[in-house]
This record gives sequence, C-alpha cells and structure tokens, in this order.
Amino acid sequence: MATLTLEQVTVPLRTFELRLSLGVDSTVALVGPSGAGKSTVLNAIAGLVKPSDGAIRCNDETWFDAGRGVFAPPEKRRVGLVFQDYALFPHLTVRQNVEYARRHAADDYLDRFQIRHLEDERPGSLSGGERQRVALARALARDPEILLLDEPLAALDAHTKADVRAELQELLGGLEIPTLLVTHDFEDAAALAGRVGVVVEGRLRQEGTPAELVAQPADPFVASFTGANLLHGRTDGPDGSTTSVHLDDGTVVTTTDGGYGAITLAVYPWDVTVSTHRPDDSATNVVEGTITAITELGNRARVTIGPVSAEITVDSLHRLGLEPGRRAFASFKATGTRIVASRPTTNGGEE
Amino acid sequence: MKRTIGYGLFVAVAVLTLAFLLLPIVGIFVHTSPGKVLGQLSNPVVKDAFVVSLKTSLIAQALIILFGTPTAYLLATRSFPGHSFAITLVELPLVLPPAVAGVGLLAALGSQGLLGSSLSALGVTLPFTQTAVTVAVAYVASPLYIRQAIASFEATDPHLTAASRTLGAGPVRTFFRVVLPLARGGLIAGLALSFARGLGEFGATIMFAGSLRGVTQTLPLAIYAEFDINFDTTLAMGGVLVLISALLLLTLRIGLSWQRSPSSRSPSLFGLSSSA
Repeated sequence: MATLTLEQVTVPLRTFELRLSLGVDSTVALVGPSGAGKSTVLNAIAGLVKPSDGAIRCNDETWFDAGRGVFAPPEKRRVGLVFQDYALFPHLTVRQNVEYARRHAADDYLDRFQIRHLEDERPGSLSGGERQRVALARALARDPEILLLDEPLAALDAHTKADVRAELQELLGGLEIPTLLVTHDFEDAAALAGRVGVVVEGRLRQEGTPAELVAQPADPFVASFTGANLLHGRTDGPDGSTTSVHLDDGTVVTTTDGGYGAITLAVYPWDVTVSTHRPDDSATNVVEGTITAITELGNRARVTIGPVSAEITVDSLHRLGLEPGRRAFASFKATGTRIVASRPTTNGGEE
Repeated sequence: MKRTIGYGLFVAVAVLTLAFLLLPIVGIFVHTSPGKVLGQLSNPVVKDAFVVSLKTSLIAQALIILFGTPTAYLLATRSFPGHSFAITLVELPLVLPPAVAGVGLLAALGSQGLLGSSLSALGVTLPFTQTAVTVAVAYVASPLYIRQAIASFEATDPHLTAASRTLGAGPVRTFFRVVLPLARGGLIAGLALSFARGLGEFGATIMFAGSLRGVTQTLPLAIYAEFDINFDTTLAMGGVLVLISALLLLTLRIGLSWQRSPSSRSPSLFGLSSSA
C-alpha cells in the first residue's frame, strides 16, 4: 500500500497556524471542531494550498518541499479529492463527470458504484447519496495514489446519513489505496477509519485507534470530543423489545435499538457506572474485567474496564480505591446505548 | 379604501413610464412600414452605412472578447495591488461622455497625439479610417462585456475549478472545460449589451473617425446625416436598428436565464447544451 507523509506541514491561517506531521498508509480520519484547519490539510496535500513550510511526500515522489523549493501543481499529483459539496460539474452528465479524469474508463466505475442507470443525468437531479457515489467514482477514475475525503457525510441529512455511512464504510474497506478523511464527528471518524487524529487549532493533539482515544484521551478537549465508547459486535436481530449484541470479546450486552448483523454500539463514558461489586440495580449491562487504564483529567477520570471506558469523578476514583489491575464492574443501561453503524452481513463474515 | 387609491397611483405611474419608453418605437413604425424599411435597404446610403456598422461592430466585438475575457477572468479570480484601480479603469468608458472619449482617442492616437509619431513611423494613420471606427466602438462598448464577464466568472464555484485541477486538468483546460461553459450565459448576455452599445455609438466615432460615407459612416451617423435630406431614409435606418436591438435584447434575456439556472437540468434552450 502506498504511503503519504506530511512533515511539519505549515500553513498560516487567519487566527492560528496549521502545523502537523502525519503518516497515512491505511484509512486515517482527522477529527476536530469546524475551523480547526482540517480541510486545509487536504487542500495542502492536493496542491490547492501552498504551505509556507514543511514537506509532503507520496511513495517516492516529493509533492512539496519548502526547503528544496518543490511544489507540484494539483494536476501533477495523483490525488482523488472528494469535496464536502462533491463539486460535481453541473454542466456535464454523470458519465462526463466520471470521464473528466480519464476518457474511456468510465464504464468500470459506473458499474462499481451502481450509477450506470444515472449516466445521462446531470448532478442537479441526483440525491445526496447518489452525488457522493458519482464524486467517489470520479475521484477514483483518476487512479489516485491517495484518496482524500472532506466531510464525506456533512452534506447529507440525518435520514440518509446512516445509510451512506454504512455504504462508505464498506467501500473504504474494499479500497486498496490509503485514505485520509476529515470530519467534525468522532462517531463518523471511528466508524470509517482505523486510526483517528484529533486536530484542534491547527495542531494534532492526539492520534490513535478510536478505542485508544476514548480510553486514554490526552487532554480534556480530546475527552469531551471523542465522546462515546464504540463497541463492535454482532447480533441476530431484535428479540422482543430489546436486541442482544455479542461483543467481539464475548460479552453480551443489551440495547433498546434495533439492528442486524455486524453492528457498532455507542455508549457515553459518563453513562457508565463503575463498582467494585456486581451491581444490583436497573442497569441491564454489566461488563466485568480488570482495570487496564486510568486517565485523570482535572476533576474527572477515565477508567477502562475491558472494552468500556467510564468517566467518573476523581473523588469516586479515590473513594472506591480503583487502580489498574484491580477487578471491577462497568454497568450501563440498555437505554443508554445507541447503534451507530449496522452492516447486515451473511455467513461470509467480515470483508 | 386608501390602500386601493395608493395602489392605483402606482399602477398609473408604471403604465405612464412604460408608455413613455415604448413611444419612440411606436413613432418609428407608425411613420414607416416594414415594406418601406425593406425598400430603403437598397438605398446606397443605407447599404453603405449598414455594411460599415456591421463590419466595424463585428471586428470590435471580436477584439473585446479576445482581450476582455482573459482580463475579466484575471480580475475576477486574482487579487493584487491595484485591483480596484484596474476595475475602475475597466468601468471608465462607461461614465466618460462619448465625445470626450473621441477627443481622448484623437489626442492619444492622432498624428499630433501621444502615440501619433510612433504610429506614423510604422506607417499607420488611425483617425478618420474605418479602423478608427472599430477602435472607438471597442473603447466605448468594452465595459459592458467586461463587467458582465467579471460577474460571471466570480459566480463560478471555486470548488469546481479546484476539482478540475485535482482531476488532472491544467489551468488552461480547466478554463475551457469548466469555467467557460459555466460562465457562458453571462458572457453571451454581456456581449449582447456590448454589441447594442457599440452599434449605437455616435459621439466617439464622429470625433475620432468622422462621418465619411462608405468608410466611417455607421448607421447612427448616417441617420444624423440624412436627417435633413430624407426623413424616410432616417426612419428606415431607425427601423433596422430597432429590429437589431430587439434581437440583442432577446439574446441578453436568454443568456441571463442560462446563467441563473446553472444548467444542472436537462438540455438548455435550442438544444445548444455542451456535448463535449
């Protein structure tokens, strides 16, 4: 797989300076509040913005190197950039849009993205999901070395977002080129990417797997931003009023949401209670395990037990005498869980 | 009750305004009939003036497109020191009285003028030639095209040009395949306005090029020259210009409607949609 590296890429922005180093060789998401400079990173990689310092390399090509005065224009970089608003050419048909990058190559992509039946339509008459498929097909028809997605789900309404996210998830899984996506939504990032970097005011605050970020946020901002625990598992569908989910580590939890197949469950750390004895209350879900990590953030602390991180007060931490290695119980209500990604899979298993 | 009276007043004023605007056109066509207009077209004075007008207008508009389009694109997409000064310069001929523009051109390009000696060294004499008509028309009409072109280019989504670049198209290909097709409607509208303005040009032309029949006498100049001699000829030429203006106005409307609906839907008017 190809590798993209950013070395101290610096872009002066209006109120702060973007400066970050990053390596991308699989699917990586940059998350952060809007205005943090995430899109600028993509524009710098694509050559639409010229950084003031640093270097950008892809495989053995140098796209930008301030020290050596190298700056390749966008058309010389093999980058597939999908814009937030998709930026489809309104005066061209779907087929002409896909053929824009490479003539006579559209058929493959029209079939692969299931937009063959739309080939003579203009972008104006397409739905949000269809536009995204056309934009992806067009970007990949360029045969890029890296795929860049700018807020891939932001232009969609809440109703179609879940479907498109599942679709995108499947698609990114099947791609063989590294992908860098930016989003302001941690759940989207965690659903789509294996590694997540949190960008605040132009700096990369923390980078790791989604679980690492939830379990051990580097600072309070990352803690509040990362939000939910994401539990991956499988379910055979609702059983009465609830759905039982078999998590990857064998724990069974119950949710009031409905779903089927491979699913991802979100639980907020502040909805999780920690106790040293098996609790006897209304919370249906109890995870038993040893404490693997404790991270204190001011007057709050994140305590990780198995796949679940809980956020409790430092006072409670001391009162219960919690420390790494000790056995403990994390409990949360079935109503406090949400299914954030659902991918019906047949016996074929994970792709 | 009061509201009805107020509303009636507005309607009355509007009707009066529209009638005032229509009045001269009615005047021309009451005095002359289509048959008479066609008959006068064989009048050598009219024929000569028509040919001079058409020839100089076409060359002037071609020059305006050729030089105005890149200038407008630059002004619309780049910011640089002196940008607003450049915009002011583009708009200058719009506010300059045409007679002043004519005197200015004479003072700059005449044999005694600023560049006169260099021009005559090259063997070029501009004033009172057909080239002078073209120059005067181009000078006076250019702002109408360039201003509209700037507005159209500014309205082009920068994401689309960026997308084109990341898809492997260089700046030139991007301009011809994305920017130009999207700005097309506005450019056509601007050209229609510029054409109409150039066709009616009088003041700068008579100062800089004179009114020599068959050489520099355009339709408006011929109308003025024939005014005392043959009123029917004058009206016939007026009729011709009204018809051309109506055609240009229609072109303008169509152009602007293209610009407004960003051609995202089905084929455009007349099936002239891009089939790249």
